[in-house]
Amino acid sequence: MKLDLRVGMDVGGTNTDAVVLDANNRILARTKQATTADVRLGMKAALSNVISSIGPDAHRIRRIMLGTTHATNAILERRSLGRVAAIRLGAPASLSLEPMESWPRDLRDAVCVDTCILRGGHYVDGRRISLLDKDGIRKFLIGVARNVDAVAITSIFSPTSPEDEVRAHEIVKEVLGSNVAVSLSHEIGSLGLLERENATILNAALFGVVGQVITAMQDVIDGAGLAVEMLLAQNDGTLMALDFAKRFPILTIGSGPANSLRGAAFLSGLSNTIVVDVGGTSTDFGVLVNGYPRESAAAVEIGGVRTNFRMPDLLSVAIGGGTIISGTAEQPIVGPKSVGYRLTSDALVYGGSTPTLSDALVVEGRFELGTHNVQASELARLKSALRNVNEFIADSIDQVTLGNTHLPLVAVGGAASLIPDDIKGVSQVIYPENGDVANAIGAAIAWVSGHWQGVVQIDDGFNTAVANGRTMACNRAIEAGADPQQVEVIEQIETPLSYLVTPTVRLIIKAAGPLNHL
Amino acid sequence: MAISKEKITEITDDDIEDLAFGCALLGTGGGGSVGGAILETRSAIRKFGSVEVVQLKDLPADGLVMPICGIGAPTISFEMLNNGGEAYLLRQEVERVFNKPVVAIMASEIGGSNGVEPVMWASRLGLPIVDADTMGRAFPEVQMGSFFVRGLPLTPIILVDFQGNVVTITPTSGASAESDSRAFTIAAGGVALMADYINPAATMIGNVIVGSLSTAIEIGRAVRGSTDPIRKLSLLLGAQTLITGKISEIKRRTDAGFVRGSVTISGTGIDADREVRIEIQNENLIATENGRVLASVPDLISVLDTQTGAAISTEEAKYAMRVTAMAWPCDPLWRTAQGLKTVGPRAFGYDIEYVPVENSPR
Repeated sequence: MKLDLRVGMDVGGTNTDAVVLDANNRILARTKQATTADVRLGMKAALSNVISSIGPDAHRIRRIMLGTTHATNAILERRSLGRVAAIRLGAPASLSLEPMESWPRDLRDAVCVDTCILRGGHYVDGRRISLLDKDGIRKFLIGVARNVDAVAITSIFSPTSPEDEVRAHEIVKEVLGSNVAVSLSHEIGSLGLLERENATILNAALFGVVGQVITAMQDVIDGAGLAVEMLLAQNDGTLMALDFAKRFPILTIGSGPANSLRGAAFLSGLSNTIVVDVGGTSTDFGVLVNGYPRESAAAVEIGGVRTNFRMPDLLSVAIGGGTIISGTAEQPIVGPKSVGYRLTSDALVYGGSTPTLSDALVVEGRFELGTHNVQASELARLKSALRNVNEFIADSIDQVTLGNTHLPLVAVGGAASLIPDDIKGVSQVIYPENGDVANAIGAAIAWVSGHWQGVVQIDDGFNTAVANGRTMACNRAIEAGADPQQVEVIEQIETPLSYLVTPTVRLIIKAAGPLNHL
Repeated sequence: MAISKEKITEITDDDIEDLAFGCALLGTGGGGSVGGAILETRSAIRKFGSVEVVQLKDLPADGLVMPICGIGAPTISFEMLNNGGEAYLLRQEVERVFNKPVVAIMASEIGGSNGVEPVMWASRLGLPIVDADTMGRAFPEVQMGSFFVRGLPLTPIILVDFQGNVVTITPTSGASAESDSRAFTIAAGGVALMADYINPAATMIGNVIVGSLSTAIEIGRAVRGSTDPIRKLSLLLGAQTLITGKISEIKRRTDAGFVRGSVTISGTGIDADREVRIEIQNENLIATENGRVLASVPDLISVLDTQTGAAISTEEAKYAMRVTAMAWPCDPLWRTAQGLKTVGPRAFGYDIEYVPVENSPR
């Protein structure tokens, strides 16, 4: 029997979507289920639905790709987080600010067991700051041993000199055994000590949460009688293998929007385009560059903590299909509130009394929805509200375009028809079939990626250093499940560092490839 | 620049965000990102207390004032945070060399992180900080300050790193001061703390940019909660909007220890079809449109987030960001013959005549 099918699933805040794709990426089944408080129920409902749709072919399923908001929600709600001991190596540098000192108090209370700043770490040029304080690490670990779920280790300039983090990891294994999970900063983030340290500590706090999601999904899969491999979607629109996801749970944050963008690229066949994902309460504007979401350069805050890890560069606005219209016909007010999941009871087209953007779209003939006709007295206000929204959308699109006025636009999401089909500066507006499950499709079609970064001097060794970096990135992609024959470098960014005598650049390399089908 | 009339007398934990916002704006693209400085300074104030702000005239005439600034690569300072003890060593060495106590510290440069961090050092040392600096903005080189222009004694210069290494140098020229201090900085791993132009308060009076801290904090307070920050800033600073648009091209290269290059902004809305190019050497130096100069150093040119009014540094500038470029007059000191010789367009290798931004053709 061929194992040529795969399931893409996206657990969002409102809906849990699933699709089944075959080897030619044809969509064999699709569903949209409500996300439940116990997420397993929503995942189970979605999986059962698509499995029953394809009947006996269910046993051809080889992989399930899962995108999930669990990690984000755990941090935002300070729930189910692991207890972390944070070690920073680099004293006497950096003693002026303790690890987690700048975190919101409630998040620090939820996560922090204890912190320390010990000797170790490196200069930018690879010289040692000080000898690694191995005894200090042992003492600290013995002190926290009884209360700790995970250890986060951050050494100064570890992205270029990781050896002290690696050595400290060995000491953790000696003292606490192999059952305490460890998060090493050089594997998590780029230069910028506090942001990298924050991401490393959050990663350590998320081991349990994402581990539980994986177990829950596995239970659902086992319950369905399937024997399939699971992959997790990450924030750059690519996939990671389970053992990798277990080590880097923080990478699942932001995977939802990334999946939407990638799904839109697939459905439209375009790789350089604007993508707009219109939901019930909000709309995300993003840009695909060579098939991947353009990433944010600014520091990304998660739950009030600054990190410097990779996220899609999105413009999110509080406008969606359920957005409430108030004010007058002359001066309509659009939003910011939305009827949300109550659309099917409160909106005018469902016999309710709350005018929404969905009602306006039905009136304009752009959306077929509902059970009731809209009263004539409401028409003027709805129409003028929609004109305002059109202007707002055009302005938002202008903001996310790359100074390129001739990009096409792909509109996806449940209320994609909110995007008008004629927008100034946009070459063409496309509403792909199945655009309402673009995120699940994005998870199903994603490539697998790996990433490397460091500081490189521009001298005789430059080309060798770049080649090594590219190899490292490819190896990390292969480690995550990419086909070694097809993996390729998809991004290489060089940023000069100032004030140094020898010209030096910060180099970021990303590799990706289709899944290994061997 | 519209200098603050209301002078502040104390900086507390609650002022640091406003101060940093203002310092970033006065950094005109350089001076280093203020993010890390905010956290370190707030932490210090929580542990060591708020900081008294003084005017030079309120200090004893012969009281020693220690101007300080961080020197080195901002990118490295994001990674190698301060030890916290650097300023104690600096003060100790100053007092040993001059054989008298330091009565106050001062920021050499108000722009960027160098405007914020001295507040941390003042808190840690328990010393007052003078409401002044020597630039009124950020400049890339050590000698580009009011004390150089006015010929105040520069030496000895004292540098310290996070390891506790302290050097005291007595260079023979501004150029040597620059190269010697940079040599130490490189040995120190790319970041160091420096005190220079250490002089009695009376010697400094009339030779500083007065009210710098007050101005920076006032900028932050004005914009916080404002629905139209760009307009608010224009009024406060007497600034002209050069263009509103988005960044359409960024060129950056490292050259002799500086980031050089340009940022091009393509106009949107009422500025559609316009294009303004800003030349950079760590800081924003010259703004041109079709080769015509709209504003130039030493006047201040800042690239701001159009929505929030927050300054965007040279290193943060990114393709497609929505920005407004603004320019406003520098301190009159920089418009003197000696001032322009030191920091005018020609000091940065641009063969153009300086025209005050308020007189530049629009």
